[in-house]
Amino acid sequence: MTTMTIAKAINAGLRTALTDDPKVLLMGEDIGELGGVYRVTEGLKREFGSMRVVDTPLAESGIIGTAIGLALRGYRPVCEIQFDGFVFPGFNQITTQLAKMRTRSDGMLSVPVVIRIPYGGGIGSVEHHSESPEALFAHTAGLRIITPSNPHDAYWMIQQAVTSQDPVIVFEPKRRYWLKGEVDTSQPAGDPFTAHVLRQGTDATILAYGPLVPVALAAAAAAAEDGHSVEVIDLRSISPIDFDTITSSVTKTGRLIVAHEAPIFGGIGGEIAARISERAFLSLQAPVIRVGGFHMPYPIARVEDQYLPDIDRLLDALDRSFAY
Amino acid sequence: MTGTRLPAAQLRPGETAEPAYIADRAVTDQDSAPPMVQFLDANGRLAVDPAYNGYSGGTGPERLKQLYRDMYLLRRFDQESTALQRQGELALWVPLTGQEAAQIGSGRALQSQDYAFPTYREHGVALTRGVRPAQILGLFRGITNGGWDPREYNFHLYTLVLAAQTLHAVGYAMGIQRDGLADPDLPPAASVAYFGDGASSEGDVHESMVFAASFNSPVVFFCQNNHWAISVPSSVQTRVPLAQRAEGYGFPGIRVDGNDVLAVEAVTNWALERARSGGGPVLIEAFTYRMSAHTTADDPSKYRLTEDEAQWHPKDPLARLEKHLRSSGKAEEDYFDALTDEAKTMASELRRDVLAMTAPSLKERFASVYAEPHPLIQEELKSWQDYESGFVDAGAGDR
Repeated sequence: MTTMTIAKAINAGLRTALTDDPKVLLMGEDIGELGGVYRVTEGLKREFGSMRVVDTPLAESGIIGTAIGLALRGYRPVCEIQFDGFVFPGFNQITTQLAKMRTRSDGMLSVPVVIRIPYGGGIGSVEHHSESPEALFAHTAGLRIITPSNPHDAYWMIQQAVTSQDPVIVFEPKRRYWLKGEVDTSQPAGDPFTAHVLRQGTDATILAYGPLVPVALAAAAAAAEDGHSVEVIDLRSISPIDFDTITSSVTKTGRLIVAHEAPIFGGIGGEIAARISERAFLSLQAPVIRVGGFHMPYPIARVEDQYLPDIDRLLDALDRSFAY
Repeated sequence: MTGTRLPAAQLRPGETAEPAYIADRAVTDQDSAPPMVQFLDANGRLAVDPAYNGYSGGTGPERLKQLYRDMYLLRRFDQESTALQRQGELALWVPLTGQEAAQIGSGRALQSQDYAFPTYREHGVALTRGVRPAQILGLFRGITNGGWDPREYNFHLYTLVLAAQTLHAVGYAMGIQRDGLADPDLPPAASVAYFGDGASSEGDVHESMVFAASFNSPVVFFCQNNHWAISVPSSVQTRVPLAQRAEGYGFPGIRVDGNDVLAVEAVTNWALERARSGGGPVLIEAFTYRMSAHTTADDPSKYRLTEDEAQWHPKDPLARLEKHLRSSGKAEEDYFDALTDEAKTMASELRRDVLAMTAPSLKERFASVYAEPHPLIQEELKSWQDYESGFVDAGAGDR
């Protein structure tokens, strides 16, 4: 067991991936000499050289598009997109090329490209630096999307993304990069495409992922003081979604709160609410309640505290659920 | 600067005249025509460009007859495919009439270890890579979005989102560079990015050229300037000859007579060899003309004059080589007769193979979305099969 931040855990995971497979390479803006704007790739260029840790030109479509070409040549590129809001110049390559290459080739071609995207708000930054665009990618068949919420998962999930034969987008909760936790480098985190129950409960379930997992745990702890036993699930995988774990939790608790920073409308929470209403309709004591962002572009930094779901918003949702 | 009066700002300070393409908006890339590499003129006169002579695939009778055969069969393939579309056997066809020399010339310059990334009109290049004619038509018959194993032919699948493949070609070339470092015994290789004058406006072409130049990657950008992006002329895509753009990225750009198979082959041979030997990228602009419609769903009479098309008829790539073969005595009548018969056979085999193509089931489409097991795919497949099996006249999932 080692204590690491999420940023260090991803760094260590990438180092292991680079060491294990000479076909793995990292590419992105400022990831080499600088080590990335969040220093997630710090030291890796020095260790593995500029042919394997590539400072690319400043062009996101170029990063994803050349990564696809490298993958077609047998490489396993791991691309860093500097910030969530800057993925869109590469959106075409991700959705029309990366996601579809396998189907286009009738299953003959694999393009095992990994795209790392620091996402989410709470860092007091300027426009385009705090977004949560995961639903746009989840809607695209052919991609897998995961998001670790703690250092142990971060260390393992980045490596599992690299070894996957499918393209994987790893959304990294940027405001939790400095969150510390225990990493067991000898004990893999299990299937990365499954949800984990982090706290057992009997009265309601809060489902969260990425940056909101610590918020969900804190809300459950606060609810316990009020006598409510709240289960907390870390979704971990946004595509595919582990509906089995969610269903069995809701079958037990009868109430589900889904929380994400992304806007509620058209978001992952809606998909989960719909599926759970299909799978566990008779177990539900209340409608699935979604807690998330509003239908507006991510707001200015000075009001983001009011925009982002926090403990009180989750407790309010629990109250509304219990009031049914 | 408030209150300051600026001198009239037309010419750049110190300049006495502007280049024609800036000064006169009526000047198009056609008019400003930079020198084009040419071996064989429209009248079939052979005058080898001495600068590229060393890169020619040869001008002897056997070589010329091979290239003519390639182009002749390609044109026949194109005509048969058009007919198949007209008869309802293909959903769509993308004709290439007029571009045979650009495609055969460049395709024949590729070596087996090189890898080409086409757009969706590169049927001629496909055939030079060994893709079978019927395989090309699977996409247009609606039974696949691909049609062949790219690794078998070192020829990627057609890419319909314009210019996306130019970045794939550069990435592939970056892989070639890394492979070369890991194993110096590998034969030097290059990739080729095919695109057109329309796609040249896409941002991905810009990014691909930036990446290729920055990393000095072994990639040849092969632009077929066929003058029309559906209905929009190339003068809307560019104010300067496309080949000239390469200078801005820091690598050579060459305009070649795209209707001259010999010049195209020589120029591509040079560019590929330069790339393979570490010289970096090259942009080739093959100056040609789309003699037919954009696709079988298009009607060029809505946007261009038959007189414009007529100007290009005398420059036809097959006609000029045929003239040369006949006038030089490099080919006799029986060669042409035998070729006609070969083309007829090829066309009837193509027709037979296409009519025999049947669509895979929807069930199979579920299987190619992901490489690894995926619960949603499994769940949806099962529910669809359950639904299908509810019909009395159909087996489960086999419709």
